[in-house]
Amino acid sequence: MLWKTVFKRVVLGLCTILAVSVVIFAATNIIPGDAARAILGRAATDEAVAQLQAEMGLDRPLAVQFGSWLWGFVHLDMGKSLLSGSSVWELIQPRLANSLILLLVTSCIAIPLSVILGVLMALRAGRAFDTVANSIIIMMAGIPEFVVGIILILVFSTHLLPILPPTSMLPVGETLAQNLSILVLPVTTLVAAILPYLSRLVRGTLLDALSSEYVVTARLKGVRERDVIIRHALRNSLVPAIQASALSLGYILGGAVVVEFVFQYPGLGTALRDAIASRDLFVIQGVVLIFATGYVVFNLVADVLTILVTPRLRG
Amino acid sequence: MSMQPSQDIAPAVSNESDCALRVCGLRVELPDGGDIVADVSFDIRRGEVLGLVGESGSGKTTVAMALLGFARGGARITGGEIWVTTPAGEVDILAADAETLRQLRGAAVAYVPQDPAAALNPAMRIRDQLAEALLAHLPNLPRAEIENRIADAMAEVGLPRTDAFLRRYPHQMSGGQQQRIGIAMAFIIRPAVIVLDEPTTGLDVTTQNRILEVVRHLCDLHRIGALHVTHDLSVISALADRIMVMYSGRSIEVGRVVEVFDDPRHPYTQALLNAVPELQRRNALVSIAGHPARPNQRPAGCFFAPRCALADDQCRAAPVALVEDAPGHFVRCLKSGATATPYGKTLPDHSTLAAPTILAAEGLKVSYGPLNVLNGVTFEVRQGECLAIVGESGSGKSTLSRTIVGMVEFAGKGLTLKSEPLAPLARHRSQAQRQKIQYIFQSPFNSLNPRQSVEAILGLVYDTFFTGTAQDRRAAFVRVLEQVGLQEGSLDLFPDELSGGERQRVSIARALLSDPEILVCDEVTSALDVSVQAAIITLLGRLQQERGLTILFVTHDLALVRNIANRVLVLDHGIVAEIGDVGQIIDHPVHPYTRQLIQNALEADLAHRAMTSTNAQPAA
Amino acid sequence: MADAASGAVGASPRARSGSALTKTLRKALGLRRTQIGIGITLVILLLALVGPFLAPYEPSAFIAKPFAKPGPDYLLGTDVRGRDLLSRLLHGGLAVVWMSVAAATIGMLLGGTVGLLAAYSRNWFGEFLMRLMDVFLALPTIIMVLMFVSLLGAQQWLIVLLVGVSQMPQVARVTQGVAADIVRRDFVLFAEALNVPRYKILHREVLPNVMTPLLVEYGIRIVWAIAGIAALSVMGYGIQPPDADWGLIINENRGRLATRPLGVLAPALLIALFALGVNLMAEGLSSTVSGVARKRSGQK
Repeated sequence: MLWKTVFKRVVLGLCTILAVSVVIFAATNIIPGDAARAILGRAATDEAVAQLQAEMGLDRPLAVQFGSWLWGFVHLDMGKSLLSGSSVWELIQPRLANSLILLLVTSCIAIPLSVILGVLMALRAGRAFDTVANSIIIMMAGIPEFVVGIILILVFSTHLLPILPPTSMLPVGETLAQNLSILVLPVTTLVAAILPYLSRLVRGTLLDALSSEYVVTARLKGVRERDVIIRHALRNSLVPAIQASALSLGYILGGAVVVEFVFQYPGLGTALRDAIASRDLFVIQGVVLIFATGYVVFNLVADVLTILVTPRLRG
Repeated sequence: MSMQPSQDIAPAVSNESDCALRVCGLRVELPDGGDIVADVSFDIRRGEVLGLVGESGSGKTTVAMALLGFARGGARITGGEIWVTTPAGEVDILAADAETLRQLRGAAVAYVPQDPAAALNPAMRIRDQLAEALLAHLPNLPRAEIENRIADAMAEVGLPRTDAFLRRYPHQMSGGQQQRIGIAMAFIIRPAVIVLDEPTTGLDVTTQNRILEVVRHLCDLHRIGALHVTHDLSVISALADRIMVMYSGRSIEVGRVVEVFDDPRHPYTQALLNAVPELQRRNALVSIAGHPARPNQRPAGCFFAPRCALADDQCRAAPVALVEDAPGHFVRCLKSGATATPYGKTLPDHSTLAAPTILAAEGLKVSYGPLNVLNGVTFEVRQGECLAIVGESGSGKSTLSRTIVGMVEFAGKGLTLKSEPLAPLARHRSQAQRQKIQYIFQSPFNSLNPRQSVEAILGLVYDTFFTGTAQDRRAAFVRVLEQVGLQEGSLDLFPDELSGGERQRVSIARALLSDPEILVCDEVTSALDVSVQAAIITLLGRLQQERGLTILFVTHDLALVRNIANRVLVLDHGIVAEIGDVGQIIDHPVHPYTRQLIQNALEADLAHRAMTSTNAQPAA
Repeated sequence: MADAASGAVGASPRARSGSALTKTLRKALGLRRTQIGIGITLVILLLALVGPFLAPYEPSAFIAKPFAKPGPDYLLGTDVRGRDLLSRLLHGGLAVVWMSVAAATIGMLLGGTVGLLAAYSRNWFGEFLMRLMDVFLALPTIIMVLMFVSLLGAQQWLIVLLVGVSQMPQVARVTQGVAADIVRRDFVLFAEALNVPRYKILHREVLPNVMTPLLVEYGIRIVWAIAGIAALSVMGYGIQPPDADWGLIINENRGRLATRPLGVLAPALLIALFALGVNLMAEGLSSTVSGVARKRSGQK
């Protein structure tokens, strides 16, 4: 029963990725002017274009092209960059690594912090701490992340308090590990973007759980308040928190594009922007599909975790 | 008759050491200062069950929760004392600090919830939830001892004590089993008093009877006192030693069950008892005009005075105290003992009408996927009669009623209305056919759109079947509201501004508006208080007479059937077990299923229980 | 004691109330956060609408050297190309306002329709619709817009449409969630038994019951649309120069953030204020639904 449910979710996730890949492939193929002409430029003769199309397999039926593209993606073979001629995967791979580090560090800070903050607010609901924290968070929730980023740069990288680098560009030849300070501002910005949403959600679900019948029953059994909160209330607030965390991770994935732009962080987002600027079709396809896959995977993991912590769903 | 006001004394207790719990002058207030409950005093002896009855809003649940030092939804306990007997002596729950209160909850006063499905933690195995009740008070109990106690508790409530069963989660048990767990959890630590808040609501009659037996047995066995909150007077007569009746936040009559049932002294108690339909005779049902007042809007004098036939200026002048009218019998009424509502007279049973068939079903079959709900149901309904359709939950009676109005698709030969065939679904029937059969839902809280005024609710029906000027339309609404006992002003109100009874009247008005010939009523009184039920039943009876309506009355309550029906159809697993004259079916059932049904109903019947309990325990 | 015939109950003596939605709105209006939100939003709207008429210069006119300091002739200084910053700010609000409101409206209309249909169709179709929404959800707003904009060019209507479409799945989820509970209610069944057309049932019986959560969602969607559309402008994919737009102003002036922060900070704060105002209104409205002033239970 358990594995059957999990299996169903996995299949559903794969179907979603497949559908997304169709959308991406279709979108990148409806545009006027194809890849071959993009490489050769406007001046190229029709014969030259046709020859290159044949070389790249662009003269095959669309369905066949789609099949081989997807098959390639599964094997991390996403074709060659139209711009540099190098393998798309080799181009993307270091950027993906940087993005994952940003994602990982952000979530390691944002998720525990949100949970702690949300729990504290719920336990002090209606009192000064909750009211103040809630008001601040509502204020923060409306502010776009690029504004937060700009303000952070102004404060920490200019004359005010110049302790951090204003941009996150890597010196040539160096890796992220050697320049950890460039992570601070992007991570802070992303944490500020997620924290309001996630912490208020935790607060809300915990408040619901605290006013539930089973919590009343536990209290009327004489269970210690600490145990009531941990065993009964928190235990049953896990699921919405897991689901919301997955959504937040998906959000960081997309929202990071803007943040990466503001800080010039060398991640997937800037890779996408560069590719778009140069109309590098295969890179665009690859990056977008990686984003979509990431989103689906996060939700899949959340769904499986949900099933694991909910006895009713385990059957 | 001693006229001491109740605040000064706790109602007399014969033997102090025998007392499990004493409540003096309990008062619970809303945040805005109005009281939900005030001036409530009573006691519970060891091994004694005190039944607490009242209609919705009477404050009965508030009193019950207060015994655990608990108030819901922002309300606060602002006055009184609640002394509970513990091994260390008597302790006032309301004066206890937080830690003491925690230790008293569960160990001295335990709680059995109303809805075990919501009250058990869905993410904890039942063994852990039972163990938790022990460990909260006996943290050093050895593992083996815990297992022993859990096994004993399971045996006591009649559940398997196997490891496999104890490893279950709440959702893996039936409703009856969940409630047995709730009871085991309360009894496991042997408290002085147990508080049960309508523990059998939502369970069918058979399960309810078994669970009440378990509670009664455990209270006797362990000499544990119990406060049993219910709206169902028959539960009290089966279970309780004494009864406390509440009205509008006050206790208005307290006494031994037999005495109160034999000789109700408060006009409200008298009316309440006469609002309950009986199984073995067709009694005249009494309803009470008006509503109980809300907190903050209560009258100066006796709260019941505005609805009381006996009330005079003295009643309306000043608050009335609870006084001991006879030994152990307390009443809050200046006219105590006077008869406001005489014992309901016996009416002749309705008889089968000699009328032509209006609706006929032949071999009606309905299935939801692989599940067959109706397996070939055949019957006829006569013009102008009330045909009751009865059966236990799962018998298919609700499905049958929905099939008739075309909300559920059927197979088989089918339905005819006045010899014309009816299509399975309402949308395939003719406008005239849809107009002739109307449906009233069980819950008036779900069947009226909360975002529409009564006028808009009625408007949907009017605009579907009629066209008329704005005046015609309004006149039609006013006419139909009048028929169900509502005034024109109700047109502008929204459902949440109406009481449960008023809402059900709007539902009836909505059904009547299309000028139907057949009214299908699906458990229409099961969500209502008993005095409101009496009013709705009387209304339906009157409509049947005056408008020549044919009524199909679906219910699980056989006493109600005796009161309203001409004929009865007994449905068992989607098959007609028996159909016939109402008196015949109830007094002389033929089919074994009908017999079982009548037997179960008899166990739960108020009059029957009152009679047998009088015989069993002659007044001490 | 009377029998049922005279047990007539009439209209309770309570004041005649307006429609349920009006009641909710009135309740929300009484909250401080709603009032502040409305105030802020009105100021921004006024600035966006009336601003172009107040601007001292043409937004694209070169009036001084780039990044001139604020002075009496140009109150906020000049931008990267020597244009009056104040004039550009006054002209640059309209695009952000209309685009974000339009995008959110498109998202609400599409998502609301999909959500209602999915909730009301009790068969595979509803399930299919929601799965389809999952596919859309897997493409983050910015990514999706960037992809299409890169292919079709940065046109305003395209951005509005894309941001709108990318809001659709969230709206659909919310709508489906609240409506799924409503469509099972007996009053919907009753209307079906009367053969009331399904669109009329959705419109008359279901929609009024999901209106308040949908309004809250509308507010949230506007906030997201502001962030999305402004972010695209900041990255250079919104309005194209020389037109003014708050996001674009940030993009143009970010090179001198350290020395001339005003050119970036002023438009950034205006965008943030707009989002904040709308968000506060949505918050106020939503707290009338969920009852924020919840009391803790079970404690003395």
